[in-house]
Amino acid sequence: MTVMPAITYNFAYLDEQTKRMIRRAILKAIAIPGYQVPFASREMPMPYGWGTGGVQVTAAILGADDVLKVIDQGSDDTTNAVAIRGFFKATAGVATTTRTQEATVIQTRHRIPETALTAGQVLVYQVPIPEPLRFLEPRETETRKLHGLADYGLMHVKLYEDISRHGHIATTYAYPVAVAGRYVMDPSPIPKFDNPKMDDCPALQLFGAGREQRIYAIPPHTRVVSLDFEDHPFEVQRFDKPCALCGAQDVYLDEVILDDRGGRMFVCSDTDHCESRRADGHVGPLGAPPPGKGKP
Amino acid sequence: MAAPLSDEAPLLVAEGLSRLYGARIGCTDVDLEVYPGEVLAVVGESGSGKSTLLSLLSTELAPTSGRVLYRMDNGLRDLSALSEAERRLLLRTQWGFVRQNAEQGLRMAVSAGGNVGERLMAVGWRNYGDIRAEATSWLDRVEIAADRIDDDPRAFSGGMRQRLQIARNLVTRPRLVFMDEPTGGLDVSVQARLLDLIRSLVSDLGAAVIIVTHDLAVARLLSHRIMVMRHGRVIEAGLTDQVLDDPQEPYTQLLVASVLAA
Amino acid sequence: MYVAVKGGERAIRNAHDLLAQTRRGDPEVPEIGIDQIREQLSLAVDRVMAEGSLYDRDLAALALKQARGDAIEAIFLLRALRTTLPRFGATLPVDTGTMRVRRRVSATFKDIPGGQVLGPTFDYTHRLLDPSLATEAEPRKPAPAPKKSAQAKAAQARAAVQEPSAPPPRVVDLLGDEGLIEPSPPDTGAEPPDLTRAPLAFPAERETRLQNLARGDEGFLLALGYSTQRGYARTHPFVGEIRMGAVQVELFAEELGFAVPLGEITLTECQMVNQFQGSAEVPPQFTRGYGLVFGQSERKAMSMALVDRALRWQELGEEKTAPAQDAEFVLSHSDNVQATGFVEHLKLPHYVDFQAELDLVRRLRAEHAARGDSEPQDEPTEAAEATP
Repeated sequence: MTVMPAITYNFAYLDEQTKRMIRRAILKAIAIPGYQVPFASREMPMPYGWGTGGVQVTAAILGADDVLKVIDQGSDDTTNAVAIRGFFKATAGVATTTRTQEATVIQTRHRIPETALTAGQVLVYQVPIPEPLRFLEPRETETRKLHGLADYGLMHVKLYEDISRHGHIATTYAYPVAVAGRYVMDPSPIPKFDNPKMDDCPALQLFGAGREQRIYAIPPHTRVVSLDFEDHPFEVQRFDKPCALCGAQDVYLDEVILDDRGGRMFVCSDTDHCESRRADGHVGPLGAPPPGKGKP
Repeated sequence: MAAPLSDEAPLLVAEGLSRLYGARIGCTDVDLEVYPGEVLAVVGESGSGKSTLLSLLSTELAPTSGRVLYRMDNGLRDLSALSEAERRLLLRTQWGFVRQNAEQGLRMAVSAGGNVGERLMAVGWRNYGDIRAEATSWLDRVEIAADRIDDDPRAFSGGMRQRLQIARNLVTRPRLVFMDEPTGGLDVSVQARLLDLIRSLVSDLGAAVIIVTHDLAVARLLSHRIMVMRHGRVIEAGLTDQVLDDPQEPYTQLLVASVLAA
Repeated sequence: MYVAVKGGERAIRNAHDLLAQTRRGDPEVPEIGIDQIREQLSLAVDRVMAEGSLYDRDLAALALKQARGDAIEAIFLLRALRTTLPRFGATLPVDTGTMRVRRRVSATFKDIPGGQVLGPTFDYTHRLLDPSLATEAEPRKPAPAPKKSAQAKAAQARAAVQEPSAPPPRVVDLLGDEGLIEPSPPDTGAEPPDLTRAPLAFPAERETRLQNLARGDEGFLLALGYSTQRGYARTHPFVGEIRMGAVQVELFAEELGFAVPLGEITLTECQMVNQFQGSAEVPPQFTRGYGLVFGQSERKAMSMALVDRALRWQELGEEKTAPAQDAEFVLSHSDNVQATGFVEHLKLPHYVDFQAELDLVRRLRAEHAARGDSEPQDEPTEAAEATP
């Protein structure tokens, strides 16, 4: 029989050398807001495209006292969020939470929590394609040049085309922003509804793209502007109904199909926000009366 | 066509410009000056080096030896010494490049309005209505109906594409426009209309033009001065009318004769 | 009343238990051993080592077992382990000229010094399913190698199991002696790049490209190499030599002042000889494409050599016309662990972004209806593309 060597892993999986390398990239990213810093992304034990960039950033900044929250689509309970939370529970043994206020590090895919973030928190985004110009110009050598020269005319051509075709800008997620008046940045595929939350945010925002080997950042209280035209200003999605469960207005809602006869309802995409509001006694049109002690 | 009187300094100067492809000569030892508002035609058969020369002048190709100077606000500058940022700014503001193949000069998947508006947005225009109005006015100047503004060039005929490419290049009112066989591959009647258009736009804007063509009729119609190239060298140069009416070199005589015979 | 579905954690755990059970298959059938995989599925093991960039036959066999035989999943497992392993340093370059050759063929010469050594190969087999393999019949023993190659004819075509005593010279070196082929680039002594420790940047030098190709997906390189043969950047290739066998790996120990052997690894090397016209400075000569792979994989080594040569268009003053020449395209898409992750991530929930698109399409349709266009418009609205 073959005898296998014992395999052991470091705190938060990555070895300390690698963490230092990632921290250097993070520091550089913070120093140049919105600039994509190349880094030697490692193979992680989850597939590329499933949050390896975010996981590496989180692993590099996580300390033993941190409290970690992981969301995907705004929810703590989606499969990928569960898998990543479980990964750090197992490899770092850190405390985890679903409450936005309690978390010191929040790793997210596709949403920014509804609850306003505070100083001292870090929001880590999972990024699939960090390059905002990628679908306009496929070549890395060229896009880096365009960023270097702040040559962003092409980006506006895309927005121009949207307006000429649809009457308004038809980009609904991964909506490009200008950071600190310099770099145009892809905010990861968050709905543009969340874009205003990035501006002047007291929390540190870090973006990790594992497969594409890039890290970028928005330091606290940085100006983040969604690109637009003077006469076609940036607008976020509006929902004409409140959350069916908690009655929240001005939050991002998921559409839930209830049956095969066209029945549907709209509920908070941020599950923690919804639960907290219901615990505080808010009830939406289809919501149950304030939940008692039992969890729904 | 009479040359505009100009005692100004030249806009573009080439000195001893050569480009080799391995052992083969692309073009060699070319000197030239182009003045503001002047149209210079470079003529020759295919393989004469005229397209290589155009690529060298427009910095698309680096010379093996020699240099190209361009007059900027702070005097004549060696183009090889420009930073990439300066070079690109030049390309999208003060220069234009009209290519024989419109597909290379246009964004085929972008609407006509977007094609014309791109340069405006690149230099900081951020009002959709203004960009659209300017694009509409330019489409009108190149005789493209305003209701085609949202169509992309794939739906356009060859002549329309070429006119769109001209609008896209002239919208920022460049000082210097390079043209590479702009009427090549078009029907004769379409060619004539396009040449008229180019002539009037160029003279309205006062832009200098360096046009490469194998067609002496195009050179005669558009240019003030002409350079004849053969085997990578300039063999004869002068005022267009003089050179075409009284060619000195046997080769030029042959070229002129073959056009007349045709 | 609507209650949001919970229980993701439990569902995942159950799915994993089900996976473990499915991997095991029918418990009546004896469990497969790592040593069985290592010994009897050795080419699968080789591929996992090559693309996993980790030479360890046992771990590769384990990965294959855990991955239920899925090569890319096994490669992924090996890579995820590899990333956590400490680096002690770089070994000296291995010398394939001293390879203990188990197979070695050249297509450019009828006979070569050292002979054509066919070795264990599928070439020349008839691809007929062999029912005797379903039983536990012993394979026929190969004949021992001829004692002395007095009979030169026989030597050409021997199917040897034993290695020739002296390492045979590289075929391309024979061409090099006459100056008929470009020399190998000189060893600059510089530390080679490490793509697993530095991000890929463009333009990429040849050593970086080769490293990327060596880790690249066999199928992807095969298709690209094939495309060059079908006229998408034709390079007129000849197999100068393919050799497969064991080479010694040595590490220079600073403390000792000399190189210490660490062990042996099996490699497949392909030296492709390609046509070249020459230029004003350089007289006509052949050029090279190079492939080197862990284990035995001629398909991969040959494909790599074809693609390596195609990627050298700029250096050799050729025209770029085809995908196989496009370094950004080739190198950015060769890694199957990256590719499979990104393709398969489309399975992850995307409902937040889809909601945004749904909202937009409804709005656009409402606006469209409000305009009351009687003429049918065939212009498609922007298709909702799945977000990454």
